[in-house]
Amino acid sequence: MIKDLLIIMISSSLVSNVVLSQFLGLCPFLGVSKKTSTAAGMGTAVIFVITLASAVAGAIYKYILKPFDLTYLQTIVFILVIAALVQFVEMFLKKFMKALYQALGVYLPLITTNCAVLGVALTNVQKNYGILTGIVNGFATAVGFTISIVILAGIREKMEYNDIPESFKGMPIVLVTAGLMAIAFCGFSGLL
Amino acid sequence: MKQNSISERLINGLVKENPTFVLMLGMCPTLAVTTSAVNGLGMGLTTMVVLALSNMFISLLRKVIPDKVRIPAFIVVIASFVTVVELLLKAFIPFLYAALGLYIPLIVVNCIILGRAEAYASKNDVVSSLFDGIGMGLGFTCALTIIGAVRELLGAGQVFGVNVMPASYVPCSIFVLAPGAFFVLAVLTAIQNKVKLEGEKKGKDMSKIQSGCNSDCMNCKESGCSRRMIDASETKDDLEVIEITEENDLPDVNTDKEEKNDD
Repeated sequence: MIKDLLIIMISSSLVSNVVLSQFLGLCPFLGVSKKTSTAAGMGTAVIFVITLASAVAGAIYKYILKPFDLTYLQTIVFILVIAALVQFVEMFLKKFMKALYQALGVYLPLITTNCAVLGVALTNVQKNYGILTGIVNGFATAVGFTISIVILAGIREKMEYNDIPESFKGMPIVLVTAGLMAIAFCGFSGLL
Repeated sequence: MKQNSISERLINGLVKENPTFVLMLGMCPTLAVTTSAVNGLGMGLTTMVVLALSNMFISLLRKVIPDKVRIPAFIVVIASFVTVVELLLKAFIPFLYAALGLYIPLIVVNCIILGRAEAYASKNDVVSSLFDGIGMGLGFTCALTIIGAVRELLGAGQVFGVNVMPASYVPCSIFVLAPGAFFVLAVLTAIQNKVKLEGEKKGKDMSKIQSGCNSDCMNCKESGCSRRMIDASETKDDLEVIEITEENDLPDVNTDKEEKNDD
């Protein structure tokens, strides 16, 4: 059991990295990676939301959709549940955990319809993961996202002072960097 | 050409506001499924069907849906059509369903669809909304097919599964793998930058060419997906308040409202 979970941890966070090999959550990956500190904040918020969302989506799938034979409604249900959940978490943090809200609050609205969140919920269902396995998978996926966004932000900070060809300034050079990172992450495929 | 006519809408989606090459929207599926021209074409057509149907339906309902809950309502409409299309693909084109996999349900969160619902279908009549969806969808399909063909050509020496390169060509297989997608998009955005820079030198208005929400998520409040998220959060707030009222948890409601006023 623990061995299985460990394998899922490694494969979701490194081998099939959510951004670099599945292309989910590209918008925040490219958009919020200018500074390492904001990237780390975004990463933490994503870890928080994805772990929670995979728990809730897994529970809804197992106890509501499956028994009533409504599994074909999963896309509709998941997207609404995730959007409402993020909103609810934001309200909860605002009221009871001021410090955490100040750290994560800015990022939460940006995650509401992030495709990585929905993607993890759907993958968990597709791969027939139970609730616990689903949570572990969600957590690992989000950790993978955080690792890659922080690395990219670090590289971008260094790149500020480099002389880049005019038309490659801005997004193109970031995408080239992401491509090189994706090659590096291909190396992890030997891990399993 | 007349504004909002059928042909104007089609050309607008294909060329002037091409979702991939000009607006840079919906990048996740663009990168993920364009490993071959066939996959690109399939994904593009699937998105086009969803886009046209949801545009038409949202335009039909535009006077019925209250402004405050429009984003959740749009999402429900879009998600329903995505589910319908997914089931149809599963039944009739299983090989495409297997190839696209997870990315079919993820059409729900494609920026293009909600963007068009918000920017066009919720304000215009049914016929022009339908053709706006078809035009945008065609633009998306063309872009995905072209990107897919280029990646397939470089990565496998084929186009649509037909060998076109001489036998001596050694395929550069990195282009069909994940990193290749980033490189192809990098070159694409570089070309876009070049066009934009040269246009600006000549004094043309290039404000239409943008990079979706790629530039900076935190600052793109007016365009792209972050605006809709902020909208969604406001409407969701109201929904939550209604739910709490139903549970007769009155003090909570009051504090919530006060907090909202503070904003």
